[in-house]
Amino acid sequence: MVVWTDFERSTIQDIFSKMDYEVVGPAALTRCLIVYPWTQRYFGNFGNLYNAAAIMGNPMVAKHGTTILHGLDRGVKNMDDLKTTYAELSVLHSEKLHVDPDNFKLLSDCLTIVVAARFGEAFTAEVQAAFQKFLAVVVSSLGRQYH
Amino acid sequence: MSLTDKDKISKSADAIGADALSRMLVVYPQTKTYFSHWPDLGPNSASVKNHGKNVMGGIALAVSKIDDLTAGLLELSEQHAFQLRVDPANFKILSHCILVVIAGLFPKDFTPEAHVAVDKFFCGVSLALAERYR
Repeated sequence: MVVWTDFERSTIQDIFSKMDYEVVGPAALTRCLIVYPWTQRYFGNFGNLYNAAAIMGNPMVAKHGTTILHGLDRGVKNMDDLKTTYAELSVLHSEKLHVDPDNFKLLSDCLTIVVAARFGEAFTAEVQAAFQKFLAVVVSSLGRQYH
Repeated sequence: MSLTDKDKISKSADAIGADALSRMLVVYPQTKTYFSHWPDLGPNSASVKNHGKNVMGGIALAVSKIDDLTAGLLELSEQHAFQLRVDPANFKILSHCILVVIAGLFPKDFTPEAHVAVDKFFCGVSLALAERYR
């Protein structure tokens, strides 16, 4: 079982209470699709992803970025049982979406960078550690139902 | 942001190096194992600041040798391979921390296009640094 310090709990709650989902979600997903272009393989039906400008202007990408980020909400509310919280989504990503779990880490790195850009100095090393720990546990939970 | 915005980066190189290194030591505690000989691993530690400067110096060297990183970083690769023996997985970790620092310092300039360019460059540097390992 993952043990969370008080600092980690409050840091995660704080970050997500200030989260601008409609900006950060799309920013993280578009960054992932641009920085790691092979991730585009999962979005064949999203239309024009031919270059960075197209990706950044693509409304389907934006909508999906917001959806993904909201997917973290249930984790924020259930930090003490992320395994169970994400079991269903894990099955979905494995059985239906066929997403290589390595991609979860790529997206979470992009999300970390977007959040760092927004928080600036407030994104201290300790805050970064808490945020990355949270994302790492979510990523691990999402990969658990793969077989 | 073009890599002449590395002028922005090169002006703050020392600060970036120090911040990235101290972040790495906090966020990825396993990296502390390489620095057991330092008395102080905190962010204000002279050892950390100095070493951050060294690392960014290495990156500046890599920028100047960008068209042949393998040849340009040969000596550094040998140093990392035979003396320091740093597991190359850690290059990725430090690269990520540098990106986080740059994003925090230059949020408007660190666009996705800039990000992919810098990440690609760091990957090339990491590869060149690992050349002499085996």
